[in-house]
Amino acid sequence: MNRFQYARPETVGEAVALLEEHGDDARLLAGGTDLVIELRNRWVEPKVVIDLKRIPDLAPAIVERDGFLSISASTVMTDIAEDERVQRYFPALVESAVVVGSVQIRARATMAGNICNGSPAADTAPPLLVYDAVVVVAGSDGERRVPIDDFIVGPGKTALQRGELVTAIELPIPERPYGAAYTRLTRRRGTDLASITLCAGVDADGQARIAYGSVGPRAFLVEDESGILGDSTIPSEDKIDSLDQIFYRASPSLKSLRASPDYRLAMLRVLGARALETAIGRLTKELVS
Amino acid sequence: MNRTLTIETTINGRRRSLDVAVNHTLLDVLRDDIDLTGTKECCVVGECGACTVIIDGRPMNSCLMLAVEIDGSEVTTVEGLELEEGLSPLQGAFLDEGATQCGFCIPGQLMAATALLQQNPDPTVEEIQEGLAGNLCRCAGYEQITKAVLAAARGVKQ
Ligand code: FES
Ligand code: FES
Repeated sequence: MNRFQYARPETVGEAVALLEEHGDDARLLAGGTDLVIELRNRWVEPKVVIDLKRIPDLAPAIVERDGFLSISASTVMTDIAEDERVQRYFPALVESAVVVGSVQIRARATMAGNICNGSPAADTAPPLLVYDAVVVVAGSDGERRVPIDDFIVGPGKTALQRGELVTAIELPIPERPYGAAYTRLTRRRGTDLASITLCAGVDADGQARIAYGSVGPRAFLVEDESGILGDSTIPSEDKIDSLDQIFYRASPSLKSLRASPDYRLAMLRVLGARALETAIGRLTKELVS
Repeated sequence: MNRTLTIETTINGRRRSLDVAVNHTLLDVLRDDIDLTGTKECCVVGECGACTVIIDGRPMNSCLMLAVEIDGSEVTTVEGLELEEGLSPLQGAFLDEGATQCGFCIPGQLMAATALLQQNPDPTVEEIQEGLAGNLCRCAGYEQITKAVLAAARGVKQ
């Protein structure tokens, strides 16, 4: 690792001031499960590392407020997966949190970090897209709220401007029954980056949407325009054309060592159909209860 | 802002005040600064679990964190598992089941398994496999390791 200064701000304002002062020479440290690797390999050589974990406003917390479930920036995957409200309202998010890394990594990695790193393979991105999450961003001008679809930009890129940081991610608690499911494709169980990440959601009117990542520069959210994907009376084999339309934004890399483009495209359909089925099943259960 | 920082931490039950370089990982500090070499360095990217320690009740990869981050925390390393009367039941079970082959991954396995049993004293085989999925064993003693954790859990129950 290069020599850097370690800063431990105690307020969001102090962290913002440090970010403004140092710009690209500063890196934020939350869980550190990605940053420490980047530091050691000298992929990044910041002058300042800003540890966010001593800021009371960002301390691990999941709170219900104004119809949203708000997950603070330093909340780790284990906390998210174990939270009873997240389990009840956002099961697909739990499914994405429990497959991140290993037990050790989930105890440390934050969801905000997962999104801010801008990895196209970020596990929590597809469910956050399906659930219409909102990213709360703090800067010197105060706070702004950015829909997750606008926040995610491309590999390593987010909507964050110089001097800004994420303080929380908010999920609107569904007012009507909603079914969603997350699934992914990896080469093996355990610590591995996904070759496909995918989340399907179906609302009470049978309208479906699918978000998928790891097959392009970022995770994409696409609405089903055919209207048939969320229809439980239509068998999966008759949904293939509509699924292919959903996956029009997939452009898997030719260079990836993890899976060939053809394989990924073929598996997108399989995973898509599978997640839809689970999502419809969950919706049906919600509707009867 | 300095290149070193004094941190207060409890390691294996002993309160310590340590001057650590801010760009050193917890793993570096454990092994090189305070001679707790039971914790192993292997992949250093969070994939093998050889560096696992327990921090405030949760297993974590010490290669993936800066030492300064444990300021105020409680850390248990493999050196802290032994009881006054000898090896912990889990350590004993590893020996009895022949789970220890070359031994390199074992400190990490023990720490992950200890954390698992603290949280879930009566795990199923499935839960043990998931709890130890972040710990690779190059000698592939997975079956014996799983058996050892099961045996320790049964022993604890009795
Ligand atoms: S050395 Fe830390 S996980 Fe391998
Ligand atoms: S006992 Fe040799 S690596 Fe596990």
